[in-house]
Amino acid sequence: MKLLNVSGSPHVHSDESTRKIMWRVNLALVPTLIVAVAFFGLNALLISIISVASCVLFQWLIEKFIMKSPSTICDGSAVVTGLLLAFNVPATREMMWLVIIGALVAIGIGKMSFGGLGKNPFNPALVGRVFMLISFPVQMTTWPKPGENLFSMVSVPTTDATTGATPLGLIKEQGVGAAGDVMQYFIGHMGGSLGEVSAVAILIGAIYLLCRKIISWHIPVSFIGTAFIFSGILWLCDKTAFVDPVTTILTGGIMLGACFMATDMVTSPMAKSGQLIFGVGCGLLTIIIRNWGQYPEGVSFAILLMNSVTPLINRWCKPKRFAN
Amino acid sequence: MKTFAMGGVHPEENKISTAAAIEEFPLPQSAVILMNQHLGAPATPCVAKGDKVKVGQLIGKAEAFMCANVHSPYSGTVAKIDTCKDAFGMTKPAIYINVEGDEWEESIDRTPDIKRECTLEPKEIVDKLKEMGIVGLGGATFPAHIKYNIAPDKKAEYLIINAVECEPYLTSDHRAMMEHAEEICIGVSILRKALGVPNAYIGIENNKPEPIAVMKAMAAKFEGIIVEPLKVKYPQGAEKQLINAITGRRVPSGKLPIDVGCVVSNVGTAFAVYEAVQKNKPLIQNILTVTGKKLPSQHNYLVRVGTTYNQLIAHAIGTLPETTGKVISGGPMMGKAVSNLDGPTTKGASSVLVIDEGEATRAQETNCIRCGKCMNACPMGLEPYLFSSLVKNRRIEEAGEHNILDCIECGCCFFSCPANKPLLDEIRLGKNLYRGILMAKKK
Repeated sequence: MKLLNVSGSPHVHSDESTRKIMWRVNLALVPTLIVAVAFFGLNALLISIISVASCVLFQWLIEKFIMKSPSTICDGSAVVTGLLLAFNVPATREMMWLVIIGALVAIGIGKMSFGGLGKNPFNPALVGRVFMLISFPVQMTTWPKPGENLFSMVSVPTTDATTGATPLGLIKEQGVGAAGDVMQYFIGHMGGSLGEVSAVAILIGAIYLLCRKIISWHIPVSFIGTAFIFSGILWLCDKTAFVDPVTTILTGGIMLGACFMATDMVTSPMAKSGQLIFGVGCGLLTIIIRNWGQYPEGVSFAILLMNSVTPLINRWCKPKRFAN
Repeated sequence: MKTFAMGGVHPEENKISTAAAIEEFPLPQSAVILMNQHLGAPATPCVAKGDKVKVGQLIGKAEAFMCANVHSPYSGTVAKIDTCKDAFGMTKPAIYINVEGDEWEESIDRTPDIKRECTLEPKEIVDKLKEMGIVGLGGATFPAHIKYNIAPDKKAEYLIINAVECEPYLTSDHRAMMEHAEEICIGVSILRKALGVPNAYIGIENNKPEPIAVMKAMAAKFEGIIVEPLKVKYPQGAEKQLINAITGRRVPSGKLPIDVGCVVSNVGTAFAVYEAVQKNKPLIQNILTVTGKKLPSQHNYLVRVGTTYNQLIAHAIGTLPETTGKVISGGPMMGKAVSNLDGPTTKGASSVLVIDEGEATRAQETNCIRCGKCMNACPMGLEPYLFSSLVKNRRIEEAGEHNILDCIECGCCFFSCPANKPLLDEIRLGKNLYRGILMAKKK
């Protein structure tokens, strides 16, 4: 006779899966990728492909030969790490090989050394990015100018003929007078890393993730809101020394960080109240590092620092109990 | 539209047997009646081998405090008094009956007439519930005479009738309301009288527009019965969630509904109360759904207690489909998987649900990605992921400090987990271990 299954309830499952979540995040990153390719040409596409391919390859190699565990590359999380890592580097030719080192650090140290997806305390892409920033400071801060017309992607780059600074770099060197047109920043017409230039593209992806309930509004809103308010207060105190709040949130990595990196499920708090604290912390640290730190940009460090206190936040911030 | 305060999920409804009218299930040749079909101690057999019994005759007497009478659903001869493996493989005391004919006790009113007047005093009603072996038919099978015997220091303010039927697939309450609305309303009035409360609220989810319309029309003819349509969300039919949805009150941790002035009974119980009080009929029959996506036909049966799952399946569909993976007694969210199809049904059985292999097999478990979906889905505001790791590491007391005993085992956490972690399995284990620790501390 055929045997029946016996197990505890519930006997049905929602159609949610880790794989679905990760591939949806990848889908949400596509608009940003398209804009990056449009602004920075084929360089951007090649860097993204190399970054994703090396992340997936390193994960496969580590799982096969070191961890000797079943491969999880199909769950799409290595692709997310690869894309985010690519979005965090400038679109220069050096990056095509440097990003491979970044991918090794991101996947090898940032993720697999802790036991793989779900166990890593820090956002792997940011671990890779910060490693590259500290190890290759010159290459990581040499910015190509974005193409003059929106779809200059056909022009295959032979050399990095024109290089320009990011708005934040300019401001750091030359003072707030160097800030440019806000509308240009919003669309993404500025120097910077691959994925951080266009607020519009990032917001499209973020809205998709919100609709899919993969992220909640708490971290992005509290992160960007805090950065806006804090920089606004500074700006009102001294308009010659500090950047205005609108420029602050549109330049650098705040949008990308707040929507895609700080919201990483694995490394951010779980309770809504904890997520608000996390976002506020990220916002404050970003503005502090930007204004008083060595680096013109502080989003990566801010998120990594807040990642480190996530377990503590999870301990303090409990969901509201029904029966209290 | 009202609903409960937090958490909840939306499983696929799959109410495919709503159109199937209630059919009377044929009598078997022999039957096994379990002595504990209710929460608490088993009833004590009060017949001997060889005795002739009639339908409705008392065969198991409630002697402990938490216990309910058991009556014979069949006429015939007592074959033996022994133990029996129930549908879930547990050995329980039982009475075996060889069925002969269908002879009922004379005291039972079998006419189809509806008897509307009830002259009994509240105390007499409760005694009647005890005599007739009425238990809650919502799943927990809590003896009704204990529930309706309110302690002198407590006061009931609301009577809530649970007609939510939030479990996917189940349609027995749906059919009962469609076909026995008047009897149910009389039953509710009797319960209202027993408690002495001004109003009774019947909570029905708004995915059942027909029963809502039927019950509203019927309730209008009665005093103090209010039909409350509720927004669809699982587990609305959980006692604490239903109280919250209808009254806004919250049952505190470790307390009972009566502590916030509420008494909750299932709509099926209200029907049983009508039959017991007005028709003198003990609880020997219940409405049971036989359903499943791959079954050739869907059924709602009026079944005598003690019918085996195999008999139900054989009569309804012949044999189980080739691809059957699991047979469940109850709904897919909180029901129990049947391991012994020869086990008899009990008073509280609500369905035979046949699930296909694909759905019946759990997907591969992967790492927790700390997405917090379990936490957001938990209707009690708990942290299932935390319990899971605490229980795995046997840090049971810590799990207790995080209120593991508040868990109502609705299954929302496991249902929504993208990593397919068997969260509820671990929580159940943790609850049992923690209860053990508490017991040991008391001693």
